[in-house]
Amino acid sequence: MGVRTWIGSWPVYRQFTGDDPLGRGAAAKSAGTERIRARVSEADRVVKSVCPYCAVGCGQDVYVKDGKVTHVEGDPDSPVSRGRLCPKGSATLQLTTGSAREHRVLYRRPYGTEWEPLELDTAMEMIADRVIDARRRGWQWESEDGLRVRRTLGFASLGGATLDNEENYLIKKLFTALGAVQIENQARI
Amino acid sequence: MAECHPVGFQWVMEAKARGAKLVHVDPRFTRTSALADAHVPLRAGSDIAFLGGMVRYVLENDKYFRDYVVAYTNASVILSEDFRDTEDLDGVFSGLDREKRTYDTDSWQYEGMNAQAAAGQRDMQWEPRVSEAGRGEAHGSGGAGIGEGHPQRDPSLEHPRCVFQVLKRHFARYTPEMVERICGVPKEQFLKVCEMVTENSGPERTTAFAYAVGWTQHTVGVQYIRTASILQTLLGNIGRPGGGILALRGHASIQGSTDIPTLFNLLPGYIPMPHAHSNEDLDTFIEAEAARKGFWGNIRAYFVSLMKSYWGDAATEDNDYCFNYLPRLTGAHSTYETSMAQIAGDCKGYFLLGENPAVGSANAKIQRLGMANLEWLVVRDFSLIESATWWKDGPEIDTGEMRTEDIGTEVFFLPAAAHTEKDGSFTNTQRMLQWHYKAVEPVEDTRSDLWFMYHLGRIIREKLAGSSEEMDRPVLDLTWDYPTEGPLDEPDAEAVLAEINGFDGEGNPLSSYTQLKDDGSTSCGCWIYCGCYADGVNQTARRKPGRDQNWVAPEWGWAWPMNRRIIYNRASADPDGNPWSERKALIWWDAEQGTWTGHDVPDFIADRPPDYQPPEDATGPDALAGDDPFIMQADGKAWLYVPAGLTDGPLPAHYEPQESPFTNPLYGQQRNPVRHLPPRHPDNRYGPVDGEPGADVYPFVATTYRLTEHHTAGGMSRWQPYLAELQPEFFCEVSPELAAMRNLEHGGWATIVSPRAVVEARVLVTERMAALVVDGRTLHQIGLPYHWGPNGYSRGDAANELLHLSLDPNTHIQEAKALACDIRPGRRPRGPAAVALVREYRERAGITDETGTEV
Repeated sequence: MGVRTWIGSWPVYRQFTGDDPLGRGAAAKSAGTERIRARVSEADRVVKSVCPYCAVGCGQDVYVKDGKVTHVEGDPDSPVSRGRLCPKGSATLQLTTGSAREHRVLYRRPYGTEWEPLELDTAMEMIADRVIDARRRGWQWESEDGLRVRRTLGFASLGGATLDNEENYLIKKLFTALGAVQIENQARI
Repeated sequence: MAECHPVGFQWVMEAKARGAKLVHVDPRFTRTSALADAHVPLRAGSDIAFLGGMVRYVLENDKYFRDYVVAYTNASVILSEDFRDTEDLDGVFSGLDREKRTYDTDSWQYEGMNAQAAAGQRDMQWEPRVSEAGRGEAHGSGGAGIGEGHPQRDPSLEHPRCVFQVLKRHFARYTPEMVERICGVPKEQFLKVCEMVTENSGPERTTAFAYAVGWTQHTVGVQYIRTASILQTLLGNIGRPGGGILALRGHASIQGSTDIPTLFNLLPGYIPMPHAHSNEDLDTFIEAEAARKGFWGNIRAYFVSLMKSYWGDAATEDNDYCFNYLPRLTGAHSTYETSMAQIAGDCKGYFLLGENPAVGSANAKIQRLGMANLEWLVVRDFSLIESATWWKDGPEIDTGEMRTEDIGTEVFFLPAAAHTEKDGSFTNTQRMLQWHYKAVEPVEDTRSDLWFMYHLGRIIREKLAGSSEEMDRPVLDLTWDYPTEGPLDEPDAEAVLAEINGFDGEGNPLSSYTQLKDDGSTSCGCWIYCGCYADGVNQTARRKPGRDQNWVAPEWGWAWPMNRRIIYNRASADPDGNPWSERKALIWWDAEQGTWTGHDVPDFIADRPPDYQPPEDATGPDALAGDDPFIMQADGKAWLYVPAGLTDGPLPAHYEPQESPFTNPLYGQQRNPVRHLPPRHPDNRYGPVDGEPGADVYPFVATTYRLTEHHTAGGMSRWQPYLAELQPEFFCEVSPELAAMRNLEHGGWATIVSPRAVVEARVLVTERMAALVVDGRTLHQIGLPYHWGPNGYSRGDAANELLHLSLDPNTHIQEAKALACDIRPGRRPRGPAAVALVREYRERAGITDETGTEV
């Protein structure tokens, strides 16, 4: 590196000789900074999404590389949020990719003291059997005063309010057809 | 709002930069208060007195928007002679049955009419409506005498029994002095707020009220909202830009889960679940639920189309479109009744789908006791939340009240997929549906709830296939043939959205709920969402950048109904169809084109002229006059007074919370006489009333709330390292005076005791929780953020342990925002000593199972 180049790389020199007299832009940038690339710039895809926390409904851009979510940022196009996210929305990457997420079915047998592993397919079969059984044992054709009710009080559900509309639609449709009435949601809480 | 909806709050700040004034009424000082023109701390549980005082100010000082009030509200309607107000009956309305703890609402009706509610308890008028209908048929008159005729009106608003005069008398005692006495808000400060609001309302200006849903969490929650509605209607602030009462809801699709409800009392689109009645068929159900006038007049088309979506070809005219496949209600089956049914052993199985009641519901112990008595429990969530692990590490294991080895509940934990791993729509707090796309496939056993429900239904149907039992017909006849895709056989979420939107007889997507038919030729899974898939295009996925469209941004997402962004916006124009002012123009009548037009999609019949008068015998939408903006209401008008639909009174009245250190200074009636008290349970005792022996054992008011850095009961925030670092543990906020009185040390520990439970919290001594002078006494309030539980990275006791189950009678929502408690320094006892401390308090206060249950 020649002396001229060496001096020319000084921020203060660049500040006085370049077009950044206040030293808040190009003059202050080092070669190291030049090399830094935002994680999002290397994404394969950007997927349009919506923040899953509160009901403001801020737009999110989900960045994907090699089949994995690498970052989640506010969507500047959204007329709701104009690219902003709050602390919770900004933690969406941890919510969706964090190590605290469980990825396997767990099973606790009656009176058991620990979790046990269980295959998902087996769990689904077992749950279906239990629904059918509880539904029958809790079945009522008539109420105590003889009015037709055609329902079961054998099982209930309580859903969170970050489920999709399509999910809620299937919950209500299936459980109503099974005769359940105790179908509830965070919306009442 | 800055605290809990920070990104939405940017628009409040934009307004403020343009000169808007911002008032923050809240017991605690928050990030919102810091940016407001005025912070008004008040006693938790006293908002009806505060808002009622504002209503009185508006009426006494002639500050109401008279043209709007006369034309668009029921102010001029004359009430039945039988109606008696709280003024006449020392705090209760006519029709109270003290034995049954219910109101007979007959005397609340308009003179000579029987109106139907647009929402709420529509079924309460079933008997008079249907029995009258029966008589009508018997006399061969060809129809029911339901709501026939028109309400009698006095447009001068002078008739002593007109709503306006009733309102004036009702609120006369809500004086500024009374507001100060009840709320602890100095009279001068209260009047300043009244002036700010009224000066900013009228033809040229509008004022908006925004509330977080804490307003709903009282034994008088619905009446809180009602008081704000009366005020905003009197000021002409409904249906106009910059006006309204905005519920700032706290979950991504909580609006959606009310619209497409997973709620016991509703079917999609606010169609009520049928109650059990004798000899009920589709006709009588519709007769009881329909309104004579307005768009609820077409409920039969909405309902039949829903039945066609559920049961397809099996739903025919001959079988009442499978009306009898629907299970029937007999009273309430809300989540708190469900817990009681679990404790009683009636409810044997339970699905928790992204919900954490073990710490997130009121009286969390009742929730756990219910779950411990189940045969099986399915928990679907991201992490091992408290509702999945209570059987091994819940508080009752520590106190010795339960032993893991004795708990018979079989627990399935199924890991859930995140929003980035599935397609679907959320409905935000302004009724706008927004589609989110799947970015990556869920890994290992993680699955969407769409996958879970679809495949659970598929397996159950396979297992029941061939059954000839009548009880299995609804499941086997159900349309359940959604296309699946990908390696996991994920159901196509867009196919479900298309079913929600609905189809015509040829299978083409519908574009408007006005296309729905009652003859079985259309299907629609949620009538208010009809149009979200118009032209076969997913309208909820529209993303035209906000900067490229007008300020209404109609091409971003899709809002129900019909992409209208401000509901009831016909009211933004005067009766002649012109904007009330240029400054506040939103929609208007274009006489040349013969249509309503403007910045927003008109929430009105597009070609109905302002001067239109319907024929006498018109029904449904045809009966709406050109100046009836409130098109879902049975009379087309905004209701200052509610003749039908509420269980606890046609007007709001201030009642004290279930647990209050004060006597109600307004009426002899202390509490909401028809508040919903669940069956008595030893772990749901209430504290004594002010003046009774033992009331001083719980001398403070506690209120619960949220923080920016956490989300409800913490299932989506306590496991995130960044958020856990920002708010690492449970704390309580107390004033320096209270800290001195009870030797509470900043940064130390406090123990908080209610008649149900004891919790411990770190102490934050702060002037943000101001002591108030209420009814001549100093009141200290304790602030409790409720995000915590023992699991995750950020831990602490759950504030919800302290709460009781005393519910709003309309909504069955718990009173989470105001309860009585005591606070003392130090950590809470461990093991059996914790239970003993709660018991010792209860004994000292003389609490029995009767305490607090008086009418």
